[in-house]
Amino acid sequence: MAERAEVVFVDGVRTPFGRAGEKGMYWQTRADDLIVKAMIGLLERNPNVPKDRIDEVAIAATTQTGDQGLTLGRTAALLAGLPKSVPGYAIERMCAGAMTAVTTTAGAIAFGAYDLAIAGGVEHMGRHPMGFGADPNPRFMAEKLVSADALNMGNTAERIHDRFPLLTKERADRFAFGSQRKTAEAYAAGKIQPDLIAVATRNANGWGLATADEGPRPETTMEGLAGLRTPFRAHGRVTAGNSSGLNDGATASLLASADAAKEFGLTTKMRLVSFAFAGVEPEIMGIGPVPSTEKALRKAGLTIADIGLFELNEAFAVQVLSLLDHFGIDDEDPRVNMWGGAIAVGHPLASSGVRLMIQLAAQFEEHPEVRYGLTAMCVGLGQGGSVIWENPHFTGKSKARKAK
Amino acid sequence: MTPRYDDLTAMSADEVVTHSYVRDIRLWSGKTLALVTLDNDRDHTRPSTLGPVTLIELGEVLDAQAARAAAGEIQAVAVTGKPYILAAGADLSKIDDIPSRDVAKQLAQLGHEVLGKLDSLGAPSFVFVNGLALGGGLEIALNANYRTIDRGVPAIALPEVFLGIIPGWGGAWLLPNLIGIENALKVIIENPLKNNRTLKGQDAFELGIADAIFDSANFLEDSLRWADGVISGSVTVKRPNEPGKLERAVKWDAAVGIARKMLENRIGTVAKSPYAALDLLKAAKNTDRSTGFAAEDDALADLIAGDQFKASIYAFNLVQKRAKRPAGAPDKKLAKPVTKVGVIGAGLMASQFALLFVRRLKVPVVITDLDQARVDKGVAYIHGEIDTLLTKGRINGDESNRLKALVTGTTDKSLFADADWVIEAVFEELSVKQDVFAEIEKYVSDTAVLATNTSSLSVEQIGAKLAHPERLVGFHFFNPVAVMPLVEVVNQPATDEATLSTAMVVAAQLYKNAVITTDTPGFVVNRILAKLLGEAMHAVDTGTPFEVVNGAIAPFGLPMTPFELLELVGLKVGAHVLDTHHAAFPDRFFDSANLHALAEHGQVFERDAKGRVKGFDRKAVAIVKGGTSPMTAEEILRRVEDGLADEIHRMLEENVVAAPEDIDLCLILGAGWPFQMGGATPYLDRVGASHRAFGGTFHTPLIRGLAS
Repeated sequence: MAERAEVVFVDGVRTPFGRAGEKGMYWQTRADDLIVKAMIGLLERNPNVPKDRIDEVAIAATTQTGDQGLTLGRTAALLAGLPKSVPGYAIERMCAGAMTAVTTTAGAIAFGAYDLAIAGGVEHMGRHPMGFGADPNPRFMAEKLVSADALNMGNTAERIHDRFPLLTKERADRFAFGSQRKTAEAYAAGKIQPDLIAVATRNANGWGLATADEGPRPETTMEGLAGLRTPFRAHGRVTAGNSSGLNDGATASLLASADAAKEFGLTTKMRLVSFAFAGVEPEIMGIGPVPSTEKALRKAGLTIADIGLFELNEAFAVQVLSLLDHFGIDDEDPRVNMWGGAIAVGHPLASSGVRLMIQLAAQFEEHPEVRYGLTAMCVGLGQGGSVIWENPHFTGKSKARKAK
Repeated sequence: MTPRYDDLTAMSADEVVTHSYVRDIRLWSGKTLALVTLDNDRDHTRPSTLGPVTLIELGEVLDAQAARAAAGEIQAVAVTGKPYILAAGADLSKIDDIPSRDVAKQLAQLGHEVLGKLDSLGAPSFVFVNGLALGGGLEIALNANYRTIDRGVPAIALPEVFLGIIPGWGGAWLLPNLIGIENALKVIIENPLKNNRTLKGQDAFELGIADAIFDSANFLEDSLRWADGVISGSVTVKRPNEPGKLERAVKWDAAVGIARKMLENRIGTVAKSPYAALDLLKAAKNTDRSTGFAAEDDALADLIAGDQFKASIYAFNLVQKRAKRPAGAPDKKLAKPVTKVGVIGAGLMASQFALLFVRRLKVPVVITDLDQARVDKGVAYIHGEIDTLLTKGRINGDESNRLKALVTGTTDKSLFADADWVIEAVFEELSVKQDVFAEIEKYVSDTAVLATNTSSLSVEQIGAKLAHPERLVGFHFFNPVAVMPLVEVVNQPATDEATLSTAMVVAAQLYKNAVITTDTPGFVVNRILAKLLGEAMHAVDTGTPFEVVNGAIAPFGLPMTPFELLELVGLKVGAHVLDTHHAAFPDRFFDSANLHALAEHGQVFERDAKGRVKGFDRKAVAIVKGGTSPMTAEEILRRVEDGLADEIHRMLEENVVAAPEDIDLCLILGAGWPFQMGGATPYLDRVGASHRAFGGTFHTPLIRGLAS
C-alpha cells in the first residue's frame, strides 16, 4: 500500500497577466512559452527540488489546441528542461483548470502516489478566445438542457442580479472599484511583484520585458464605472468595469508531501486542509463557489467563521458578492481579496486558481494570527471549486485540529 | 551621419533594411535599459543583414541613446536580434555592388563609426547574442562592453577570410584583445579555412567571446537580469582569456608565426585574405583601438577592390545557391522512390557506398560479390564503421541496430529483385561492367535505376547489353566518398527523365551536390585534371626538372601541386586517366610512358618517417631523365592556363555542362579548387587565358576586382 501523506503548497509563481488581443503584451508570445517560463521561474526559486524526483506535471488550459494543445503538462516539462523521466498531462475544467491541477495532484500526493508535483495553468485568451472552436451538442438546445445564455458568461452574471435583487449594480461597481484600489495599493507596497516571473515580450517595436500585470486600471472611479456600457443586456448591470477582463497568463505551483518537503528542505507556505467542487445551474454558474465552499468546509469540519482570509476569484463582482451575502460577510470585509483580484489583475481562465493560492500563501505569512484560508472560484457551465488551506505560520492559541 | 557616406547610400536604394527598434526596459534595480532590437521585419528565412542604410539607422539610434544616457534617462544600452538571429553580417549583395576602392573604404569606415559607438555611449553597452551571429553581426557584439550568448545559438563565426576579405568592422583588432591571440587565430583564420567552420553558443562562451551564457528558454530575461547585475555592481565580469602582458610579450608573435607557417604549408601564399588577417592580428598586439580600426579600413578596402574577393563571392554563390538548384535537373516529382538499394561489389569502394546509402536513405542495402567470403568481409567492414559511429556518439544504440539490420550481403542476386536503385563499384573495365549490369537486369524490375560509378568509361557503352538502357545513369563520386561533396550525374544518351530525376534526388538525399554532365570522357573534374596533369607530365617528359614543373602553377593557389595530386590519386590511376583522355582526344591530351614507369616504381617524392615531403625521389628523377627541351615555369603556366581555357571552352561548346558556373562548381566541390580563383573560369578570364585561347571570355562582365 502507498502511504497516505499530508499535502503542502511549497511555492507558486506566475507570469504577469497581459491584456488579450493584438495590443496586448503577449500577442506575439506563445501560450506554451508562458507556462514554461513560469515553471522555470518556479524551479529556479526552489533549487533544492531534485528535478528527477518530480512525479507529475499537471498543466491546465481551457482551449487545448494549437500552442495550448499537445498534452501541455508533458510538452511544458520537456520545454522547461525537466528530465525526460518526468511525466505530465493536461487538465481542463475551464476557469478552475489550475485549481483542479492542484487538487488532482494533491490527491495523488495524499494517496501516497507522488512526492512532488508541479501544478499550474495557462490561458492565452488572445489566441484562444473562450469557447472558440467548440461544438456544443445540439441536444443542449433541442432538449433545453441548458439555455443559450449559459454559454455566455456575462449573461450568467446578469442572471445572478436577477436572482438576488439585493445585489445591485452599485454594489458590484463599488466592489470592482475596491478591487482596483486594493491592487494598486498592493503593487505600491510591493506585495504582488515578488511572485511574478518576468517574461520577454515582442511587438513591432522590438523586444520588451513584462514585469507587471497589464490589466489594472488604478485610475478607476465610481463615476467612470457607472457610465460603462452593459454589453450583455440593454440597461443591464454587468459591465467591463465590474467583470474580469480577457487576459493572457500562466501560473505554476509546486506541491509536495510533507515528508518530501522536509527531506529536500523545501518551504511549506500552506497546508492543504480540504477541497471540493460542486455543480449549479449552468445559467447561473457564478454562484458555484457557494455549494463547493459549503462542501469543503464540511469535509474539513470547519465553519465559515474559521476562515481568516479569502481569495475569491472575481470573474464578476456580483458573483463574489453572492458568496459573501450567502455567508453573511460584508462587501468590504478586509479578509476578502486583500490585494484586489481578477477584476484588476485579470483572469486568464485556466491559470487563475493558482494565482489565488500564491496570494493566499503570501498573506498567510503576513498574518500569523490567521489559521485557515479559502481559495474559491466559479466555473463556466455551472460549477464552483473551493480549496481550504491551513497557515503554517499560525501562532494562535487554538489548536483545535491536529496536524495529522 | 556625415555626407561622406552618400556614395554608399546612393547604391542602397533596394537594401533590405534591418531596423533598430528601441524599447525601454525597467530593470529590477529600478534602472532603465534601452533595448535595441535588430529586425528586418522578415521571418527567420531572411536573416537580418547589415547594409549602409541599416548601419546609418543604427548609428542614429545609438546617438539618440547616448544623448538620453547623458540626460540620465537611461543607464544602459543593449542590442539583440529578432528570433533566432542577431545578424548574418554585412549585406553581401551590397558589397558586390561597390564601385570603387574609395567606396569600399567608406563601408569599412561606416561600420567602424557606427559599431564603435557602442564603446562611447556614456553608459555600459551590452549585446545579447540571441541567435545567428556572422561576420559583421558578431562584430556588433565585439564592439560592445559586455556580451551574453544563448546556449542554443547554432552558428557564430567571422567567415570573412573564407570570402576573401577580413573582419573589418573591428573584429580583427577587438577579438585578439578580448580572447587572446591563439583563440582569435582560430576564429578568424583557422575556422574559415576549415570549410568555413562555425562555433556554437557554448564554444563561443568558452573561447571568451561572451561573458555569460544562458539557456534559450529564458535567454532575454536572464540576460537582462545579468545586465542589471553588471550595472548595479552585483555581477563581476571575469575574462580569463583576455591577453595579459605576458601573452603579449611572449606568446603573441610566436603564435602568429606558427600560424603563418601552417598557412604557407596548407594553402600556399596566393590567397590574400588569410595573410591580411594575419597581419592585422599581429599588429593588434600593441596598437590602440583607433589605429587597429584604421588598419582594418585599408585592408578591407584593398581586398574588396581586388580580384580574389569578386571571385570568392562568385564561388560562394555557386556553392550556396547554384549547387542547391542544379542546372538541368528534371522535376523532382519525376523521381522514382528508392526503398531498397543494391550494391554490386563488396570491396572498399562498394562498402563505402553501402555505408553512405544506409546512413542517409535508411533503407535496406544489399551488397553482393563473387563469393561469400568477399561479401562477409564487406558486411563486416560496414558493421564495423557503424560501430565506430556508435562509439564516437554520432549515433545511438537504437540507430546503430537499425542501420546494421538494414545492411545484408548475399551471393544470391535474386535478393536484388525488389531493389529500386542498384549501383556498381566493380573493376573499371568496360566488359566487366557491361556483364555485371546485364546479369543483374535479369533479376531487378524493368524500372529499377542502374547507376555506375565509372570515372573513365562511356556510360552509354556500359549499358550496351541492357534491355532497358533508359534506366542507366552515371553517378560519379569523389574520394573519399563520405567527405567529398560532389557527384557528377552522367546523363547518357538513353537516360530517361525519371532516371535522371531519381539520380538528382538520391544525390541530394546523400547530402551531395550533383552536377549533370554529358557522357563524355572524364566528365568534368577528371577531364580538367587530366589536362593539367598531362601538361605537367609532358613538361617533365620533355626535360623540365620536377621542381620547376611542381612550382609552375603555384599562382593558381591550388591545394596541392600536380605531383602531390598524382601521388594522392595513385600514380597508376593517374597514368590510366591520362591514357584514356589521350585516347579520346589525342591532339590535346598527353599520355606519358614516364608516368607508367613512375607508377611501377611507386613514388615521386622522397618522404620522411612522418610522410612529409623531403624532396624528389632520386630514382624517380632518374626514371624521367632524357628530355631535351625543358620549359620554364612561365611557359608551363601559360600552357596550362591556355590549355584549360581552351578545354573548358570546348566542353561548353559540346554542352558537357550547362554553363561555366557548373565547371567551376565541379572544381570547387570535387577537386578543392579555391574560392579566390572562383573555380577556374574567373581566373582564366582575368589572366587573359580565355582571350588567348578562344578570343573571348567565359563571363561578361568579367569577374574581377575594381582596382584594375
